[in-house]
Amino acid sequence: MIENRPWVTFLSHAVLVLGVLAVAFPVWITFVASTHDQATMLSGVAPLWPGKHMIENYRIVLSTGLGAANAAPPVGLMLMNSMIMALSIAIGKITISIIAAYAVVYFRFRFRMFFFWMIFVTLMLPVEVRILPTFKVVSDLNLLNSYLGITVPLIASATATFLFRQFFLTVPDELAEAARIDGAGPMRFFWDVLLPLSRTSIAALFVIQFIYGWNQYLWPLLITTDEAYYTVVMGISRLVNVVDAAAKWNLVMATTILALIPPVVVVVAMQRQFVKGLVETEK
Amino acid sequence: MEKRVTFPSSWLPYLLVAPQIAITVVFFFWPASQAIFQSVLQEDAFGLSSKFVGLDNFERVFDDPTYLSSFKITVVFSIAVSVVSLSIGLLFAVMADRVIRGAGLYKTFLVWPYAVAPAVAGVLWGFLFNPTVGVISAWLKSAGYNWNYLVNGDQALFLLTLATSWNRVPYNFLFFLAGLQSIPKSLIEAAAIDGAGPGRRFWDIAFPLLSPTAFFLMVVTTVYTFFDTFGAVHAVTGGGPAKATEILVFKVYNDSFRALDLGGSAAQSVVLMVIVIGLTFVQFKYIERKVHY
Repeated sequence: MIENRPWVTFLSHAVLVLGVLAVAFPVWITFVASTHDQATMLSGVAPLWPGKHMIENYRIVLSTGLGAANAAPPVGLMLMNSMIMALSIAIGKITISIIAAYAVVYFRFRFRMFFFWMIFVTLMLPVEVRILPTFKVVSDLNLLNSYLGITVPLIASATATFLFRQFFLTVPDELAEAARIDGAGPMRFFWDVLLPLSRTSIAALFVIQFIYGWNQYLWPLLITTDEAYYTVVMGISRLVNVVDAAAKWNLVMATTILALIPPVVVVVAMQRQFVKGLVETEK
Repeated sequence: MEKRVTFPSSWLPYLLVAPQIAITVVFFFWPASQAIFQSVLQEDAFGLSSKFVGLDNFERVFDDPTYLSSFKITVVFSIAVSVVSLSIGLLFAVMADRVIRGAGLYKTFLVWPYAVAPAVAGVLWGFLFNPTVGVISAWLKSAGYNWNYLVNGDQALFLLTLATSWNRVPYNFLFFLAGLQSIPKSLIEAAAIDGAGPGRRFWDIAFPLLSPTAFFLMVVTTVYTFFDTFGAVHAVTGGGPAKATEILVFKVYNDSFRALDLGGSAAQSVVLMVIVIGLTFVQFKYIERKVHY
């Protein structure tokens, strides 16, 4: 603290408190809507305070969904699909990136830099710029409507490979030397020395990639036509687009709350790793 | 930078890079080259034969007024999101940098929207502004303002800007906060001794020192609004009303899967690739400078 200016301090707190409230406001209104019955939502403007139908709404949504007319499966199933997708993408990305980075840093082999640049260039080719041809590849491989189809094309990651490469370069050479003198092979060194050292980087990356995987929208929209593979984030749009006819805002909003809880919980519970991951993946 | 100590092995490193390279080739390079290839071809109406047409598809795309308007919408959208989310992020960061008590708590409560998917953020704000049940649209109506984003294109784009900014403020906030905290305390103290108040210190010291961070965040936010807001657009406005929120990525999607215009959508994909490559280049250029800075 450089000087004591109670008014400026008060102003700072006021701005931050207002900010926190403004940021939370849309989620509050959504949560409130998810605790009312359909009659309340039909009677006009959405209420500001919670009602009495919370448990009932969430039970309906999780087990039966919004009814066959709305063309979306029970939210419980979509949540499970999202979880499978987010975990496969996070774990898959970390696994293939860490071994690729290990090869690039700890071995000298032909085409090493060529492979490295190949991985680097993928940074410039997000799914969004090659929608149709990528869709065609997946359909030619018969991977439409499958977990492999919605996850594998997304697990190649330049950022994760860079992060691990960057980290491996800071690991002291003496460790590899000592391992070699003690007769440890490359895989033994990887498992017993490098992997335990990488724990914090892995955790940081996990948070970022879990959110990335959970929040995918365009890709599952293209790849899944079978309800059994819908993820919750993309499923919501189908609900929203029919809701005005059905006016089941309370149930749609319950689904929305369920869709945002898992990634938010991950960020809040692993805040330190989250901030680390955010800053490091942008380097 | 290279490692001094390496392992000798003839086949192991190839095995280790194989999964990453395989996925890269099958799902990145092959489709990207297909897009480039398709962009210079024209298929007949039945998709039976195709012929080389040079840059015709690109000419067609750039002559198309709906493409140009989609380009304009995307640029306006990304400038709006940059301005709103950077200024709010900076405001929160400056305030959070000042307070001592509760700083950690504020950070937690400001950062979580990062985790919300763009599509879900769109649904949250779309509900607030829904013409029939929305809380804010009811306020606007009682204030005499005619709000209906399902009819008014500017309002629809405003709504998307709001939802996307809400999504991006946490990111900008964290980077600005880190930037502020890395400013040497001695600079601030020297200015305070010279009699500069908090406002003067911010504009004359913190603000110029934050400009590299601000530039970096502008590039990242632009990339984000160009490529990652598809979900919000698709879920909230569907590109409408009357194509008023049809951003470039949405148009590629629409032309590929609804209009089935292969050559045109491939040409659009190639244009998008050029944009990403340009922006990534700018971003890396900046990072190189940051090292010297």
